[in-house]
Amino acid sequence: MARNSLGRELPASFQGRPVVPYRDPWSVRPEGLRATRALKRVDPGQPKLVQNLQEAIERCGLRDGMTIATHHHLRNGDALLNHVVRMIDHMGLKDVKIASSSVHPVHAELVPLIREGVVTGLECGVNGLIGELCSKGELRCPITVRSHGGRARAVSSGQVPIDVAFLAAPACDEYGNLNGAHGPSAFGSMGYAFTDALHARHVIAVTDHLVPYPAAPASISQADVDWVVRMERLGDPGKIVSTTTRVTTDPVGLQIARYATQVIEASGYLKDGFSFQTGSGGTSLAVAENVRNLMRAQRIKGSFGCGGITGYFVDMLEEGLFQALFDVQCFDLKAVESIRRNRNHLEMSADTYANPFNAGAVVNRLDVVILGATEVDVDFNVNANTESNGLLLHNTGGHADTAAGAKLAIIVAPSMRGRLPIVRDAVTTVTTPGATVGAVVTERGIAVNDRHPELKAELLRRRAPVKDIRQLQREIEAVTGAPRPLEFGDEVVALIEYRDGTIIDAVRRVKG
Amino acid sequence: MRIARRAQAGTMQSSDLMVAVEPAEALSVEIESTVKKQFEHLIRAVAERVLAAHGVTAGRVRITDRGALDYAIQARLETALARAAEA
Repeated sequence: MARNSLGRELPASFQGRPVVPYRDPWSVRPEGLRATRALKRVDPGQPKLVQNLQEAIERCGLRDGMTIATHHHLRNGDALLNHVVRMIDHMGLKDVKIASSSVHPVHAELVPLIREGVVTGLECGVNGLIGELCSKGELRCPITVRSHGGRARAVSSGQVPIDVAFLAAPACDEYGNLNGAHGPSAFGSMGYAFTDALHARHVIAVTDHLVPYPAAPASISQADVDWVVRMERLGDPGKIVSTTTRVTTDPVGLQIARYATQVIEASGYLKDGFSFQTGSGGTSLAVAENVRNLMRAQRIKGSFGCGGITGYFVDMLEEGLFQALFDVQCFDLKAVESIRRNRNHLEMSADTYANPFNAGAVVNRLDVVILGATEVDVDFNVNANTESNGLLLHNTGGHADTAAGAKLAIIVAPSMRGRLPIVRDAVTTVTTPGATVGAVVTERGIAVNDRHPELKAELLRRRAPVKDIRQLQREIEAVTGAPRPLEFGDEVVALIEYRDGTIIDAVRRVKG
Repeated sequence: MRIARRAQAGTMQSSDLMVAVEPAEALSVEIESTVKKQFEHLIRAVAERVLAAHGVTAGRVRITDRGALDYAIQARLETALARAAEA
């Protein structure tokens, strides 16, 4: 057992790889070259469209022990990953690792295939049942959780070699040009799939909408796609929307949004050239709504909106409040429609979005990001992966990446959830280190990290309800009572990999 | 007071609780909670304080909690007791 700089106990190795403990967000400098793959030659007249998925998989030479990947743009409406793993099972393959960009509750169908040893590892974070069962020790399948930028780094550096990538292709031609903007399963940006198309040893485009050559626009090029195969339905784009994607009407959420807006105003970043990211939760959108009104009133011309894109940001683009949107993933169908139509609604790869080891990611250009949390602690560390009951239920997404990149990361959360206080002595799991967090905003006040003394002084000058984070913690616990600590077993069920590849925390089996 | 009949109070909404009481020879408090691991001791402490304050020495009390705060637990239990008391 080693401890990292945050005091988290880590195993010496996991899934056959040595564990490098996290130290700080900045000191790891990459060495070596980007990963590469074999040269290929496809001659004139040689077809790439094959009869069925089994043939495509056979032509890629997938064998026991290899790694596959899909991407999660259809979110909880995705049918591809289940379809692929069922086929792998049908072909009698075992010990396959999944390195998809994320796994959702709809993929609970994989649980029996994990039990049978068809799938034996997840090189990606999970949302929902699989993580819950692993946390309880009811399912054995080691999980390595990565942020979006961390995944792009792991794949492009060769840390996680993908043997076969399956690209969900909502519009595709028989030679492999494809885009996500058209067709019955259109989900918009191909964001996470770019990394796979460029680095996987073999690339299969799976489509339910084969169009005459050439598919245009070609977000992903024929030059990177080995095989094309048809599937009846890639999934249900109506299920992309996983959260409310409406401005909250909850008074607690609205109060948090008011305070968060005060923090943005006091930061001095809200001026011409402003760049901004929020999630799609109701409180985050309430902040976006406030920011939009301020930008209108003060005639501020922003630079860009970023991240998973919602209709809210589309409206801001079309109003001229932003020059452009960088979109790694469309969060609702209005965003899908916009990426078809708006030239300045830019499709962005996960690499460009957030990889710490390239020539500069978009997150580095963010002024302000609004992020959620299941817990924060008195050192401003944030948990976005596990709940206070210790269960691994959420993937990291861009949380750690945007916090590291943005000038100011603001965490918004209610002070308590179902009696559980949000501010803890130590979070159950560290997703994002406190060194990259600017402020924690609850309906009971604003705690500013000491790394931002000018922001704190300005907020105090504006008579905003600034509180020391320990004072905030005491006030909340006076209402909830102090929770008893959870008990964990020794068995490590998941590692939380920081974006640079070091390990920021380990998730252990929950006792009882 | 004495628990003379079955009664209940509360809801199953988040941050609320359901309290059911019924006559029994001995006093017992059963607790189910979404936050049982973290807060069972505090939920039990409130329940015992309220029962003692009302002089309840017998009866079966079942609490199904969804993360309620102490004042909600007290209010729901007192209401259930009032409904269970002899008319």
